[in-house]
Amino acid sequence: MPENGASSTTAPAKAVPVAPGLAAAQETKRQRTRMIIRAVGMLPVLLLLCIGFHVLSDGRFFTGQNIGIVVQQSAVNTVLAAGMTFVILTGGIDLSVGSILAASAMAGLIISKFPDLGVLWLPAAVLTGAVFGILNGGLIALLRLPPFIVTLGSLTAVRGAARLLGADTTVFNPSIPYAFIGNGALTLIPGVLSIPWLWVIALLVILVSWLVLKRTVLGVHIYAVGGNESAARLAGIKVWAVLIFVYGVSGLLAGLGGAMQAARLYAANGLQLGQSYELDAITAVILGGTSFVGGIGSIWGTLVGALIIAVLSNGLILIGVSDVWQYVIKGLVIIGAVALDRYRLQGSART
Amino acid sequence: MSEPILEMRRVSKSFFSIKALRDVDLTVYAGEIHALMGENGAGKSTLMKILSGAYRPDPGSEIRIDGQPVQISGPLGGRAAGIAIIYQELSLAPNLSVAENIYLGREVSRGGLLAREAMQAGVGPILARLGADFTPQTQVANLSMGQRQLVEIARALHARSRILIMDEPTTALSAGESERLFALIRQLRAEGLAIIYISHRMDEVYALGDRVTVLRDGTLVGSLDKGDIRADTIVRMMVGRDVSSFYKKEHDPRNDARSGAPVLAAVDIADGRRVKGCSLTVHAGEVVGLAGLVGAGRTELAHLIIGAAPMISGHVEIEGRTVSIRTPGEALDAGIAYLTEDRKALGLFLDMSCLDNINLAVLGRDAKFGGILDRDKARDRAKRAFAGLGIRAANVAVPAGGLSGGNQQKVLLSRLLAIGPKILILDEPTRGVDVGAKSEIYSIIDNLAKSGTAVLVISSDLPEIIGICDRVIVMRAGHIAGQIRRNATSPLSQEDIMALATGTEQLDA
Repeated sequence: MPENGASSTTAPAKAVPVAPGLAAAQETKRQRTRMIIRAVGMLPVLLLLCIGFHVLSDGRFFTGQNIGIVVQQSAVNTVLAAGMTFVILTGGIDLSVGSILAASAMAGLIISKFPDLGVLWLPAAVLTGAVFGILNGGLIALLRLPPFIVTLGSLTAVRGAARLLGADTTVFNPSIPYAFIGNGALTLIPGVLSIPWLWVIALLVILVSWLVLKRTVLGVHIYAVGGNESAARLAGIKVWAVLIFVYGVSGLLAGLGGAMQAARLYAANGLQLGQSYELDAITAVILGGTSFVGGIGSIWGTLVGALIIAVLSNGLILIGVSDVWQYVIKGLVIIGAVALDRYRLQGSART
Repeated sequence: MSEPILEMRRVSKSFFSIKALRDVDLTVYAGEIHALMGENGAGKSTLMKILSGAYRPDPGSEIRIDGQPVQISGPLGGRAAGIAIIYQELSLAPNLSVAENIYLGREVSRGGLLAREAMQAGVGPILARLGADFTPQTQVANLSMGQRQLVEIARALHARSRILIMDEPTTALSAGESERLFALIRQLRAEGLAIIYISHRMDEVYALGDRVTVLRDGTLVGSLDKGDIRADTIVRMMVGRDVSSFYKKEHDPRNDARSGAPVLAAVDIADGRRVKGCSLTVHAGEVVGLAGLVGAGRTELAHLIIGAAPMISGHVEIEGRTVSIRTPGEALDAGIAYLTEDRKALGLFLDMSCLDNINLAVLGRDAKFGGILDRDKARDRAKRAFAGLGIRAANVAVPAGGLSGGNQQKVLLSRLLAIGPKILILDEPTRGVDVGAKSEIYSIIDNLAKSGTAVLVISSDLPEIIGICDRVIVMRAGHIAGQIRRNATSPLSQEDIMALATGTEQLDA
């Protein structure tokens, strides 16, 4: 308004150059774009990786058999990462999932060898995981200890427990019940399409997680605790209950992961099983766009993240990259992918 | 005074296609306090961010300092141009000492080692000039908010800034600290600094401003010289219309049959620290003010009532029955809703949608099958809240963090109203809220009282307390100092409240 002198007091008649409604509409349009970008997230990266590997491996990537291998390899990590998503959404971290997976697999295999109890091995493994998870959650929620420290402690302690369970040996059970979930496949169209049971389980876990996070009161409370814990407490949310729940779920799913591994291998070793699985799970969650400080993220992103990790491992082997270089490349891709994500989401309230 | 120290000409700033600022002119002279006013979203912060170098203005904008055109880019650019900003949220590192904070980014080193003594010696004279009662070695974490602000100002002076921008500097200060700050600002003016003072508070602008510039919707409305500064003029310039009855108060509980028995009674409540045996009552349909200086223990008392902090003695009665409230959740169950004074840190979930923010407290009650969200009900409730409270946002799905202060406050208020509380405790309900929304919040409070809700309003804004309350309880140093009742012959007076708050007079109703 240059014609309005600096010391004039008259309100200009038409002083609304930015119609608030218009500005707001554009604002939502931008927010919607941002939400779509968030939702789609790393999907383009996943597709590019798949196509890239397909070309570089002379068309050996997109074969039914290879895709089967990829999804089978990603299944356990997907399940662990789903649990990790719950935890990271509250702003926490669970470093103990690899150890819990080992302890649960051990517990499951040991139970499976009892003639009368054998069929109960699967719930026993899942329950073992849940108990460890609830212990983590109890320490974090009730004693107000930092999640990193508590789960770092249980990473070590539960690993020890896993070794104790089998007296530090490998436990075998070639006739373990429900072995089909580890190696069988669900036939959808006979002779044409079948899905490994491991992958069916992983997808069911993702689906149920999505329902819990997006369609239940508890889900909103999880996001609320991660977004602003003090405000959540003041709003009457039982923060302690939410925390025990998320660590319980993470432990339970680690237990399920242990059962999946046990069924696949017919064996478990307390020392070796699940070593550094927590890192792959955390990586999948972060690749999936979930904020490390909590409150933002989605379970579908986690699924994409877990697939990216599996595709990378598989693709690099297909094109004959040596084991040593696989580590280097995987690490760089993870950093690059997250950097790209940050770059695209610049300007969002928090990342 | 003849040559302006800062001239901004035709300054515009667009974000994508949205113009946040349009052809704004601002002229500031050395040795003047220039108040900048406008509702939230009027463009004040954008203008200041351009001055600090955080934003680059659109081409065609012109900024001159001492008559010379300058380009300000990046925070160092602002500093180089002699401009310093004291932000609302202070930007000090609490784990470092005063001297280290003042030298932050420009540390003095000798042979690669930090020259602590030299830095401390360099800070000393400035702290003395500002009348600081702490040493350069003091850790910032140990300082009060007022003292921290002093450190910020010292940092600006140390950088030889000549234009000081203060953004709502008294928000976190007690009355005493504010007074000292005002004296200091006047001293800096006398020393020849130019001060741009951003505030929502009319009394501060009266007390300090040599000139007032008002922005609205990204454009300059105009400037007023000292003699022309009047509240009604400024408000009209800010909102673009007459705000005839700013404080809405139609309901009078004395004409209401329901207001007999007390709904909320706090009996001899203490926490052993800040609250020392306080009793108060609030009746149905009554709006009771809780006044006092910052630090008198008002928020702490509210926190005890709602179970956010443990009480060591006393109890709470609701409708005559003693209730045990140990958590804010139990307070909600008992019918007490509390609006926090710290909306962003303790109230809203900035990343969550308005819809979720509004429904958060009643999700469980609305849920189907014991825990499945009832999304239709939630959407209806949010839409009703938007319409009923006049929340301005594109739709209910946008994140609450993107709204203006007033709209955020209304979102938070809708969450409490969704519960249908018997008792509403509002802690600084209009802090950081623009003029238009303030008036709307007052009428919401009035309507609630009309419908029989017992309302307790904690506020440091005395005109507000006087404007909307039936009765005022005054706290001083953890005690109830007394109360003042509005009646036909003697309206509530600012002087009586201050007398009780500061302890210069004993009064009891």
